[in-house]
Amino acid sequence: MTLPGFPNAMPLEGFVGGLLIGLAAALMLLGSGRIAGISGIAARAMTLSKSGAPLPVAWLFIVGLLLGALLVNTFIMPIDAEFPPATWMLIAGGLIVGFGTRLGSGCTSGHGVCGMSRLSPRSLVATATFITSGIATVAFANMLGWGW
Amino acid sequence: MRDFTITLVAGTLFGGGLAVSGMMDPSRVRGFLDVFGAWDPTLAFVMGGAVLVMAIAWLIQRGLTQPVFAHEFNLPGTQSIDAKLIGGAILFGIGWGLAGLCPGPAISALIVAPISAGIFVISMAAGMVLHRFNA
Repeated sequence: MTLPGFPNAMPLEGFVGGLLIGLAAALMLLGSGRIAGISGIAARAMTLSKSGAPLPVAWLFIVGLLLGALLVNTFIMPIDAEFPPATWMLIAGGLIVGFGTRLGSGCTSGHGVCGMSRLSPRSLVATATFITSGIATVAFANMLGWGW
Repeated sequence: MRDFTITLVAGTLFGGGLAVSGMMDPSRVRGFLDVFGAWDPTLAFVMGGAVLVMAIAWLIQRGLTQPVFAHEFNLPGTQSIDAKLIGGAILFGIGWGLAGLCPGPAISALIVAPISAGIFVISMAAGMVLHRFNA
């Protein structure tokens, strides 16, 4: 299924994948009483935060992230992934994402999926902010010739 | 034990959802942020599907006194909007736009592009460590 005017968009796959992500977050919330926020879980797995899920829980979730992607890639469809052409973009992007998600207490999963659906004012503001900042960054990068 | 099982199942569904939705492709995520260029709205459909299911989950949560497989809910506060929240979100957006990657897809992408995703994930871990000891 394609979207008129956007030949590369995958609205149906996106929506179905989104339902799965929502189901995963719902299982965490209703099953174990926790927010499926991946930056928080990653920090917890590295023992960088005092509170949060027990270590085995944090690591099991990360194992699941890899396993889910592996199962889809093996049995359902090969995963397309085009990465930034320059290594410095990966390094700088990673450093800033790591620092920023800790400072702002969340990323696309915690603030975007879990917080927005809860109508959390914090998460609504955070999500609007990081999307705006991301749009500005891409526009600026394109101007500087760093588009890809 | 059931807490462990539910976490592994949830993580697997999450990783599978990221893979099916195209969100493990950094160029597609970057495309969503490229609103003045070749805009790719796919991410909005992903967010819509996920938020839809989670909104129902929050409604169910209101009627529960404790989670099904654990003793209590461990949920963050929702009110205080401060400089850390805004500053962190601005920084996160910059890194997200620059590389087309956020934490979940970066970790899942280790199975398809171990070197590129690995460089990002190690840098991300370093950024988290920097925050831990400097903020």
